[in-house]
Amino acid sequence: MVKALLGKKVGMTRIFGEKGRMIPVTLVEAGPCPVVQRKNSETDGYEAVQLGFGEKKLKRVTKPMQGHYAKADAAPARVLREFPVEPDSELNTGDKVTVDMFEAGDRVDVAGFTKGRGFAGVIKRHGFKGGPASHGSNHHREPGSVGQAADPSRVFKNMKLPGRMGNKRVTTQNLEVVYVDAEKNVIAVRGAIPGANGGFVEVRKSVKGS
Amino acid sequence: MSALDELKQAQMKPADQIPKFEVGDTVRVSFRIVEGEKERVQAYEGIVIGRHGGVGPDASFTVRRVAYGEGVERVFPLHSPRVEKVQVTREGRVRRAKLYYLRERRGKAARVKGREKPSAARK
Repeated sequence: MVKALLGKKVGMTRIFGEKGRMIPVTLVEAGPCPVVQRKNSETDGYEAVQLGFGEKKLKRVTKPMQGHYAKADAAPARVLREFPVEPDSELNTGDKVTVDMFEAGDRVDVAGFTKGRGFAGVIKRHGFKGGPASHGSNHHREPGSVGQAADPSRVFKNMKLPGRMGNKRVTTQNLEVVYVDAEKNVIAVRGAIPGANGGFVEVRKSVKGS
Repeated sequence: MSALDELKQAQMKPADQIPKFEVGDTVRVSFRIVEGEKERVQAYEGIVIGRHGGVGPDASFTVRRVAYGEGVERVFPLHSPRVEKVQVTREGRVRRAKLYYLRERRGKAARVKGREKPSAARK
């Protein structure tokens, strides 16, 4: 059984849990994801399922992809993602995976693309402290020294410098599932997940916990 | 309504159970405390110096009292199931929404105009 789902981050709020404790939760609208393709070791060399999520207008789908969806008798999906499965998995094209597979108390990893922050300086991007704000200082948000002198005569690789920040795939690991609403295809996890509201995310069974 | 809104709604107390009080009132908050297996209700009495978030799902209020010469402020979530009830013991008449100026005052200066509420239960 594949323990993964595709979904959309809905947003965060807080709920009162057991003993009236406040719990921060993120809602994810996940699934139902049709299996668009079942890959197996004979034809593809490995075992996996390709899941789809979201809607896409038929006219926006290329002809070759239309054929791909037609084979599985599935509606065109906005995103397709592959997840490994065991060879004896009974999942086949046309099946649907839903939030049913998770229940409250499970641990999951959630992957998504973080919000893009553009070209960011070293304070925002790497958490540098920056220089003094006053007392004649002209060294406010600069990176400072980036190395030595004539030897080595170059800046080392991986030096923390300004640059593009965010819009990068990030996985938040080991989040607790607070509850699952199978009717609305909604799952709530404790804590924050990457990306903006409405962003696309993958929810997988946790690698570390359970 | 989105799933998020619905969830927020579900966290709120029904409208008739939302405690009614205003900034400046002296209130007695019955707060449920869970200690291991046991559960008891603790009362906390003081002046409401601020309300935040209206009556929405994230609403809270701050209650200030001076205990043993030391000012204490506690913030309670309005919709928390642990806030059992909020009794108004004295109604206050104030001219601002947040009474942060009380923090700088001591003794007689730190009073709020108002009138006792005879109906409310006092110890």
